[in-house]
Amino acid sequence: MYCEGDSWGCYLPMSLRSMGSDPMERVVKLASESAVVIFSVSSCCMCHAAKRLFCGMGVNPTVYELDQDPRGKEMEMALTTLLGNSQTVPIVFIGGKLIGAMDRVMASHINGSLVPLLKEAGALWL
Amino acid sequence: MNSPTPQFVPSRLGIYEPIHQIGIWGENFKSNGNPNTSTSVIVEVDNKLENESETTSHEMLTASNNYKQEASKPIDKIQRRLAQNREAARKSRLRKKAYVQQLENSRLKLIQLEQELQRARQQGLYMGGVLEGSHIGFSGTVNSGIAAFEMEYGRWVDVQHRQICELRTALNAHISDIELRILVESGIGHYFELFRMKSTVAKADVFYVISGVWKTSAERFFSWIGGFRPSELLKLDPLTEQQILEVCNLKQSCQQAEDALSQGMEKLQETVSSTVAGGPVDEVSYIPQVATAMEKLEALVSFVNQADHLRQETLQQMSRILTTRQAARGLLALGEYFHRLRALSTLWATRPPEPSLP
Repeated sequence: MYCEGDSWGCYLPMSLRSMGSDPMERVVKLASESAVVIFSVSSCCMCHAAKRLFCGMGVNPTVYELDQDPRGKEMEMALTTLLGNSQTVPIVFIGGKLIGAMDRVMASHINGSLVPLLKEAGALWL
Repeated sequence: MNSPTPQFVPSRLGIYEPIHQIGIWGENFKSNGNPNTSTSVIVEVDNKLENESETTSHEMLTASNNYKQEASKPIDKIQRRLAQNREAARKSRLRKKAYVQQLENSRLKLIQLEQELQRARQQGLYMGGVLEGSHIGFSGTVNSGIAAFEMEYGRWVDVQHRQICELRTALNAHISDIELRILVESGIGHYFELFRMKSTVAKADVFYVISGVWKTSAERFFSWIGGFRPSELLKLDPLTEQQILEVCNLKQSCQQAEDALSQGMEKLQETVSSTVAGGPVDEVSYIPQVATAMEKLEALVSFVNQADHLRQETLQQMSRILTTRQAARGLLALGEYFHRLRALSTLWATRPPEPSLP
């Protein structure tokens, strides 16, 4: 089992609160509520790889499984629009800022920019 | 009459006349950095004889006077002839080098063709299995995608080999950093080209890429998600303190990324396996399970692409951390490593058969 964030515990009240709001707004709101946010699909193995990557670094990501959210489809479409072309889950936000899909996450880890971002967001300590 | 073919002349001629020539050849030899001693000696002798053949037949009769005759000729004529000699010798050396290079390439090509033939035979069996229950059209497309890739890959390996030789020569010749940088860039670009090729054929048949049948057996032994492990790139020679730290970080990131992808692949295996195995076993129809499994297998393409992406990023980061010279040496080491793995595979394939049991 991968490590899970605690935001899933507040699932019901959140969706009631933001019932009529724009899916994009919801994405941004959720993204800014935790240091590391992953929008995922539970059956997606690449998403599993992304979760394992962060856990392996000692980071505790907050994961939103879009296929288990009634508004998940809209949010997924909003994310695709945001990222352009055919970028799909997993989609990662750090410190409320959009990092991107697996491609970008890998690239930024290799070029050394991921760790400073994580530290800045308070997800990682020395 | 002057003739181009070297004529045999009494050896005592040769003792005195071309001494200064040998000296010049010596200089020429050093400046070319040509380690092929025998060539220059052969050429030297050739040109010495050629030189002699240029003298008039009258002078040929008075053989022993030849040296004195040479000494009395105007200096610039001698200089010109010497220059022509040098030029001819140089061209001869280059021709021989090119010929040897061609021979070596042909040999490699032959080995490759034999391997391809073997693979094609194996694949003939594989494809035959697929054809049983699927559209002929689909298999045809897959086949041509694979055939195209195999041809391109054969060429890729040839170019790779040539680039490695160029790098080695360049590093030994101490060319400028700018020129070396160009070689490094084209070397890295060549790997990127391979990743592009793999991405295309992965869309046609991802199992083909992952199985690594397109590689030699020793390379396949080390295969990780359809290629080499990115961390293979990180075995390196003398580094400054700053570089040691950076390479250490890169090693760690690379390892973490590899682990993450490996775990994703394991999850995929589990998922496909449980999908295929799902549903009641005593029922004859398994179409829904297999169909669902097909969908899930699409994810394999993204893993292959992501693994290549990781290789690409690691290559680029290495070239950022290292100096041009270090990067060149690193590329040379990497290319040479794969070259040796291929040689190992060939040796293995051609090893003498084990004695059969009585």
